[in-house]
Amino acid sequence: MARKLPAKDVVIVGLGWTGSILANELTDEGLDVVAIERGPWRDTATDYPPAYAADELRYRIRHELFLRPEQTTFTFRNKMDQTALPIRTWGAFMPPNGVGGGGVHWNAETWRFLPTDFVVRTHLTKRYGAHFLPADMTIQDWGVTYEELEPHYDKFEYLCGTCGTAGNLRGQIQEGGNPFEGARSRPYPNPAQQQPFGPTLFAKAARDLGYKPFPQPSGNMSRAYTNPLGVRMGPCTYCGFCEWFGCGNYSKASPQTTVLPVLLRKPNFQARDNSEVIRINTDRSGKRATGVTFVDTAGNEWEQPAELVILAAYTIFNVQLLLLSGIGTPYDPVANTGVVGRNFTHQTTSDVTSFFDPAKFIFNPFIASGAIGMCIDEFNGDNFDHGPHGFVGGGYMGQLQTNGRPIETTPVPPGTPKWGAKWKQAVRENYQSTLKPGTGVHGSMYSYRDVYVDLDPTYRDRFGRPLARMTIDFHDNELKQNRFLTDKFAEIFQAMGAKQVMKEYRKGPYDITAYQTTHLCGGAVMGADPKTSALNRYLQSWDVPNLFVMGATAFPQNPGYNPTGTVGALAYWSAAQIRSQYLKSPGPLVRA
Amino acid sequence: MALAALCAGRAAAGAESPQDFAQIERGRYLAIAADCTGCHTGPVRGSPFAGGRPIETPFGMVAAANITPDRETGIGSWTDSDFDRALREGIMPNGSRLYPAMPYPYYTRMSKDDVRAIHAYLNTVAPVHHAVHSNQLPFPFNIRGLMRLWNSLYFEPGEYKPDPHKSAAWNRGGYLVEGAGHCAACHSPKNFLGGDRSGQRFRGYSLQGWFAPDITADPQRGLGNWSDNDIVEYLKKGHNRLAAASGPMAEEVEHGSSKMNEADLADIATYLKDQPGQADRAQPVDSADRSMKVGEAIYLDRCSACHKSDGTGVAYLIPNLAQSSSVNSRLPLTTVRVILQGADSVATPAEPTGPAMPAFAWQLNDAQVAAVATYIRNSWGHAAARVTSEDVSSARKDLAKDKD
Repeated sequence: MARKLPAKDVVIVGLGWTGSILANELTDEGLDVVAIERGPWRDTATDYPPAYAADELRYRIRHELFLRPEQTTFTFRNKMDQTALPIRTWGAFMPPNGVGGGGVHWNAETWRFLPTDFVVRTHLTKRYGAHFLPADMTIQDWGVTYEELEPHYDKFEYLCGTCGTAGNLRGQIQEGGNPFEGARSRPYPNPAQQQPFGPTLFAKAARDLGYKPFPQPSGNMSRAYTNPLGVRMGPCTYCGFCEWFGCGNYSKASPQTTVLPVLLRKPNFQARDNSEVIRINTDRSGKRATGVTFVDTAGNEWEQPAELVILAAYTIFNVQLLLLSGIGTPYDPVANTGVVGRNFTHQTTSDVTSFFDPAKFIFNPFIASGAIGMCIDEFNGDNFDHGPHGFVGGGYMGQLQTNGRPIETTPVPPGTPKWGAKWKQAVRENYQSTLKPGTGVHGSMYSYRDVYVDLDPTYRDRFGRPLARMTIDFHDNELKQNRFLTDKFAEIFQAMGAKQVMKEYRKGPYDITAYQTTHLCGGAVMGADPKTSALNRYLQSWDVPNLFVMGATAFPQNPGYNPTGTVGALAYWSAAQIRSQYLKSPGPLVRA
Repeated sequence: MALAALCAGRAAAGAESPQDFAQIERGRYLAIAADCTGCHTGPVRGSPFAGGRPIETPFGMVAAANITPDRETGIGSWTDSDFDRALREGIMPNGSRLYPAMPYPYYTRMSKDDVRAIHAYLNTVAPVHHAVHSNQLPFPFNIRGLMRLWNSLYFEPGEYKPDPHKSAAWNRGGYLVEGAGHCAACHSPKNFLGGDRSGQRFRGYSLQGWFAPDITADPQRGLGNWSDNDIVEYLKKGHNRLAAASGPMAEEVEHGSSKMNEADLADIATYLKDQPGQADRAQPVDSADRSMKVGEAIYLDRCSACHKSDGTGVAYLIPNLAQSSSVNSRLPLTTVRVILQGADSVATPAEPTGPAMPAFAWQLNDAQVAAVATYIRNSWGHAAARVTSEDVSSARKDLAKDKD
């Protein structure tokens, strides 16, 4: 039996990017806020100090910062007629754990989506006709436009100190930036980081081929920065231990380096770490959340009553909590009804490894940061005519110099033995003269009727709750897209003078063991129609108006960019509406 | 210049009834300047004046008293003159002597009116029933009567005497530094009985395993290279372009100076910048010395990611070691301690970041810590005595004892 705690105005489930932002915005309204985080507390100097932040074995290989599968996991299958099995070692993505969430261990790529991404079904149907889209593709418009989100993108970028070169300033295309991006109201808060040799060479070759290369927008500081909350960051040292790692010297945008220092000073904010929310409670009508129930490390169950519940956990866990709490209609792919679990997506990435003449090229791959690199956007979204190609979607591609780490990044030409003296010799010969971006082609994954999340019929977690089950596979559209993009990407390395270019196309079936990105999206998507979305355009549950669901959970499909910029923008967009409208008159912000 | 006007400070002194808001408000401000809550806090939540906090002295522990107006366990039964006598003479109403852990040798420089204002303010805080056993000193220091002798040697009672040759700002600064601020309590060298060494005021002293640095105009060990604004920012925000407050000074900034007005802090800067430093200069350790070579290698590997290769750090975030009086202190206590244990810098409303230095005790051995400490104390224009493995070893032992 759960013991009841004193009621709060707001309870937030998860203290990562969106949890911290919502907590900061709502405490500014004077509300009494508690955030409940499943994982441990994390501080820069005590949890990932420079003395061991760069421990590849500990963080990259042994997954120090990620969810421990003993805490919970989920089950996976490719097809609806298969039996899903539990994931016991993370592979395709890395579920975060602890305060700061994925914001601790991301690479800090901080993109905006294209204006057409938000109206993708309308746009593609208009341009190519309704029959151009595969019949089982369930992509849909977001219910919010780029123009509406722009001030909130801006707010998130200034919180993070994003470094980049604007490509479209108030409608004026800017030299050196991404000409395809939506209009931004002001430049990035910081200039782009300095580019190493590899990305510089890539940009030159791309320009020669007629593309418009630009620096990837980055949350690794190009200089010291003070954000609008007064929190300071130091300049990045290009150490090359960014993604999978915490930043030891306050140089990577994270909740710890941007918002938590301010939040923690507030008397009306409280955080509980190492406490897992197991259920969102509702009243007898099922139309009103009364708070959450969580379990602490000692196994004690507590009820935390609250007027407003913000779900801000990792994508799939948001969906699982909704399903376990009986909020919203579960998605049924056979009947094609229900919304919770629907439009679940991930990513379609691939890479190209290019070998250059060691006598002529020294790339120093260890001079790196999470989001450094030069990109092109010609093949993202609908920036090109898909008519002749028979697929939709796309992605950015770029020479991103994220690391030259000794365990992970030892590229050798095809045909080299996997170990032994010959392998060592090949590593020695090629380490300095090989380019391997890691995620060079960062493609979209659109949504399909048979890709979804539901509750597993067999496997349960340590509290006896059914695990979330993901059913996911690549569809032809994505594989075609990837082949086209990978070929285009490889052409640039050939133009750079590589002696050998190795294309690593993404192939089906979807592989749960091979890392792509941590960008799981969807499952409780936003939209204009409660029949096809779990949340309205303000991320408010259609069914339980005092529940808001943050994060990429709300993406109806995954466009060809990293999601965090949009996750942050949506958090501010939702927070602004809660502050300006909801708190004055709690209830549905959109009439169904 | 008139003493009364000086001491009244910037808050106007009004008619003095116990309910006089101006007086109470002035008392509240002076209680902040005197950092009463720095010591008189304790286990009672929500009441920073209820006492109980153990105060570490070179002679043993003294627990801070309950100074809420509780009549039994606090100071609720004290008259204004009782309070004045305790603060300015170190004598309690029952006639027993206070220990100078309660900085009456400095508070004695405050005016009677200001002390009365503090009492008026303390009478407005909620009374808390919390008995504190203050005297936890070992024999013979537990004999309060011995303080008569100590007082006769080191205690010079009397209000601050303004220097007519100096500006009003200098004198206001002096009044705050010498009196309520009691800066010398930590920052002035002491003799073996804890009395201030004359002629060496504000030249730095060790306490609680830290070295409270030289705060004179000495450009090498003190604040000579700090502008007035650097001092104001440091006291107000806990951070400036060069330094960050941590350890006991972080507490002072948090409870005291961050809440003071900037005009007073500027006056403090004026006064400190006029305090004479030590004339002699230390000889730097030769850069070809082996410990300097080893220290440099460790510095580049472990320290430079944040503090930069040239020691300059990042303004308001990572302290500038190249211009740090703490690094160049007479004794290496703070440097060694921070390398071993790390340090949390203070977070304030103006500088909420509160960056922290990680600990290296687990990673560097005594000789390595000594080498890197020697290196930073003798680079970028610094000059200081070599740090030895024995210095580090004894600091390690002290830190192991002090679990705080």
